[in-house]
Amino acid sequence: MTLLQSFQMAISNILARKVRSLLTMLGIIIGVVAVIVIIGLGNGMESYMVSSFQSMGTDLLTVNIIGRNSERSITVDEMYELAYDNPDYFTMMSPIVNLGVSVKIHTEKMDATSVTGVGEDYGDMKKFTLRSGRGISYMDIKNRHHVAVIGSYIDDIYFGGYAVGESLRINGQLYEIVGVYEQEADEIDEGNADDAVYIPYSLAVKLTPSNTINSYSFGMVSEDYVKESKQIIDAKLYDVYEDEDAYIIISMSELLGIMSSMIDIMITILAAIAGISLVVGGIGIMNIMLVSVSERTREIGIRKALGAKRRHIMRQFVIEAATTSAIGGIIGIILGYALSNVASQIILIALDTEISVNASPSAAFGAFAISAGIGILFGYLPARKAAMLNPIDALRYE
Amino acid sequence: MTPLIEFRELSKIYIMGDNEVRAVDGISLTIMRGEFVAIVGQSGSGKSTCMNIIGCLDIPTSGSYILDGHDVSKLDDDELAEIRNRMIGFIFQQYNLLPKLSALGNVELPLVYSGLHKSERRTRAAGALEKVGLQDKMENLPSQLSGGQQQRVSIARALASSPSVILADEPTGALDSKTGKEVIELLKKLHAEGNTVVLITHDNAIASQADRIIRLADGQIIYNGKSDLEVL
Repeated sequence: MTLLQSFQMAISNILARKVRSLLTMLGIIIGVVAVIVIIGLGNGMESYMVSSFQSMGTDLLTVNIIGRNSERSITVDEMYELAYDNPDYFTMMSPIVNLGVSVKIHTEKMDATSVTGVGEDYGDMKKFTLRSGRGISYMDIKNRHHVAVIGSYIDDIYFGGYAVGESLRINGQLYEIVGVYEQEADEIDEGNADDAVYIPYSLAVKLTPSNTINSYSFGMVSEDYVKESKQIIDAKLYDVYEDEDAYIIISMSELLGIMSSMIDIMITILAAIAGISLVVGGIGIMNIMLVSVSERTREIGIRKALGAKRRHIMRQFVIEAATTSAIGGIIGIILGYALSNVASQIILIALDTEISVNASPSAAFGAFAISAGIGILFGYLPARKAAMLNPIDALRYE
Repeated sequence: MTPLIEFRELSKIYIMGDNEVRAVDGISLTIMRGEFVAIVGQSGSGKSTCMNIIGCLDIPTSGSYILDGHDVSKLDDDELAEIRNRMIGFIFQQYNLLPKLSALGNVELPLVYSGLHKSERRTRAAGALEKVGLQDKMENLPSQLSGGQQQRVSIARALASSPSVILADEPTGALDSKTGKEVIELLKKLHAEGNTVVLITHDNAIASQADRIIRLADGQIIYNGKSDLEVL
């Protein structure tokens, strides 16, 4: 008796009891669908996160100075020097002064708008493009010109696209708008990346309570040198503060790595939970196979009387269980792919976010292999029971 | 000439609770190649146990069973299965055909387990069906056949593997007397062609069709001789 014959026999037995076979497969189908969709969702989330981190700049290092009552603190000029002295690692540098001040345009007070003091390279570093006008220049910083570059949101909503030459007020002081950046965020919304005002850091620092710059952004030559670049900054800052806790150096690419591995862990856990339903499905198959062995006791008796050995009977039932769950696995893969597409659409509509649920072939293959394996595993017990039947009792069974 | 079937002081004892039931109690018998023998007895006489042992479905508790010169009383499950496949052709009272297989498929079944090639199986199964006169019904399912036809399919199945013994267990039990007679005639024909036929029955009229009768009662042989000489 060949494997092919056992397989054909399994298929005809499955087809002979369609509803029961389908119900038996249901657990496997649901498990496979869940695994595929969850892993697909994880892939989608990861690529969404990677792309949004990349738009924030994975080639940037952000330095936050905490200070901690040290006797002296690092100056802007020292930071610039650090960047210029290491051209192999850094392309540019910009101080960043986040202000908690309010902006007034005409007579309207804007609370959600962010105001940031920046250096002349900031726009390039963030890969912003100008829609109109110019960016903040070295002369603006040196001479503390009251100029501002604004995000597209303010331009669109308050100036109808013609903001250059107009003005706005920050803490009562008048600033001339000299440039507008292109839209960065996906949508037009209050308080997002485009609802922003950038002014020379030399002016911004005067608006902080402590009169100090606490944040810097370094543009790296390559994100491959994150470690070395961090070490250079670290060495300098440690020299000044003599305390590792007085400053923090954050790299976006490192953060991305951490976030990615967190998502991986989360997805693994979720997939494992979904995998439990595969096990439950396997138990369902075992249950039905046990029923099937009882129902077919007489058939088993006849086969044994005619010369079937234990391994023949065993193989027949194991193959039947494996075929049942493998068919369930295939149905699950098809439904999983279909549901992944539907889920992408739902996420797009409901959350307005483009997280595509990418069902991966490796997840599909894995799910298939696991479901076939579960069939063999859980088919073993009923098959063994069938193989061990005594032919005399089996023949007498009604 | 060595007997085809030989029982030597053979016993089969079942333990039922605290009781020992001696289904077959130390019997010895021989059946030669080419004989037509009926093993007769009432229910509980031990004839079914005898049939199970002759058919290698069961092994004796003590004594030995020599089949074609080989002691098969100590073989394991799979070895017995192989012997059944090669040497025994079963005919059951309830036909025991697989309902989802055609007549041809059913007759092929023992050949599947002998590992024969598909074309070879086909030829042999078709030949066996022809022999029992069912060449027109090869593709029919058992449910599309009458009782007599189903029994003839099962006879064809028993013949297909050219066994040493055809072992018929109450082959007419489920049939009306007319078709029952036809089946017996068929068995006689097979015997005339040189097959060894062992018939197990409780029916004296059926048993008397055989050349020799072995009558059992309470696990022991009470008559062993020509069927026409037995005084009842």
